[in-house]
Amino acid sequence: MTLRDLSVEDLVDRARSGDRRALGRVLSWIEAGGARADEVTAVTHPLAGDSHVVGITGSPGAGKSTLTGQLVHVLCERGRRPAVLAVDPSSPLTGGAILGDRIRMDDLAGEAAFIRSVATRGHSGGLALSVPGSVRVFDSAGYDPVIIETVGVGQVEVDVVGAADTTVVVVTPGWGDAVQANKAGLLEVADIFVVNKADRPGADDARRDLELMLDLSHVTGAEDPTGRRPPIIMTTATEGRGAPDLWQAIADHAAHLRRTGHLAARQADRLRAEVLNRIDQALEGRARELLDQEDGRTVLDRVVARELSPTAAGRQLIDSMLR
Amino acid sequence: MSEQAEPDTDRPDPDPPDRIRVVLAKLGLDGHDRGIKVVARTLRDAGMEVIYLGLRQTADSIVAAAEQEDADVIGLSMHNAGHLTLAPAMAAALREADLDIPLVIGGIVPDDDVEELRRGGVAAVLGPGASADEVVAAVRAAAGAALPE
Repeated sequence: MTLRDLSVEDLVDRARSGDRRALGRVLSWIEAGGARADEVTAVTHPLAGDSHVVGITGSPGAGKSTLTGQLVHVLCERGRRPAVLAVDPSSPLTGGAILGDRIRMDDLAGEAAFIRSVATRGHSGGLALSVPGSVRVFDSAGYDPVIIETVGVGQVEVDVVGAADTTVVVVTPGWGDAVQANKAGLLEVADIFVVNKADRPGADDARRDLELMLDLSHVTGAEDPTGRRPPIIMTTATEGRGAPDLWQAIADHAAHLRRTGHLAARQADRLRAEVLNRIDQALEGRARELLDQEDGRTVLDRVVARELSPTAAGRQLIDSMLR
Repeated sequence: MSEQAEPDTDRPDPDPPDRIRVVLAKLGLDGHDRGIKVVARTLRDAGMEVIYLGLRQTADSIVAAAEQEDADVIGLSMHNAGHLTLAPAMAAALREADLDIPLVIGGIVPDDDVEELRRGGVAAVLGPGASADEVVAAVRAAAGAALPE
């Protein structure tokens, strides 16, 4: 059998009935983008919406992959079927990537888990388009929860992980003091904090700095409107310590979202962001085409000759695009 | 279809993925991982996506990873003279899983063994002294991608 002979519907059917190779291929189609990815999305969207989406982020070396592996281990032991999208950066120079997250997870993951390594693939917004598509594929195939693990640098990564139902931010002892905690925008998206490497000196300091930051959120009114305070979980991922606590915190947060009606709101926000991304990408593509064409070049030449301002040129071209 | 299909100008060719994805691993008890790290970097710098599994993998763990990652090529590094046993075992495990993914072996493999490995289902063998360009070319050829001029 060759997968290439199958239609999108057939391949998605196979993926949903447990054919892991078919699932792997469908994910490749999503990552590649284009017409086939759109077709997969059209097929899977009505089938999805039941899985809890967890984002795990933090600085490089914080132990996200190991922690994710431990979490997957806990989930498999409890009879769940988790999926992981492990995102690593592509080289901006060559587009290649070394995806090394599996190495921290494979030994821990049960056979029920599905782990997929994803490269960011430089092209603007590519990750923002492919990650929701891949999550939807996992969701439609019955994987629950779906965990997105990514380094918390770059707006797109923060957006992707911040759009999860539950966002976990991992810090380590010595990651910075309370001032860093207040200026780091990443922390604002956290529903749960993890202080990993809790066996190391400074773990309690890290915890205290986070508590202080959360106290200040209360003072300034930046706290969660429901009054929920993000818990701080202490873990030592290399030994598996704290992973069951982390899962409990995620489950508690999921229950909280359901109870307060915020789960539906988060999902709606996520879909809204995805639609907006689609529009951005499509319009940007058309704008680039336009600039390469005669009309666009004429306008650009006038900008270069200082006869027309860039803002006026932009307005003029948008008008001609939308007409 | 509810979504309007856009002309797919980015990817004119539907089948070869735009990035070659390679699963790299060492099979069994063979701790010599300097070479595989160099190869990982070499393939990355040639624009490929390398899923690095590292040391102490089993045929089953490599099959599982190759399925989940939709690998185009599997690269095995072998430095413990076990290649005549392990490489055909890996090829058999792939056949058994109905996975049609080419297997490339690199490491300390005597010239005399190459023919036997090829017969055992190995797509390419890269011995000591293979240059970075040769490694990249062999993986590209195995993936069925066009070789650059």
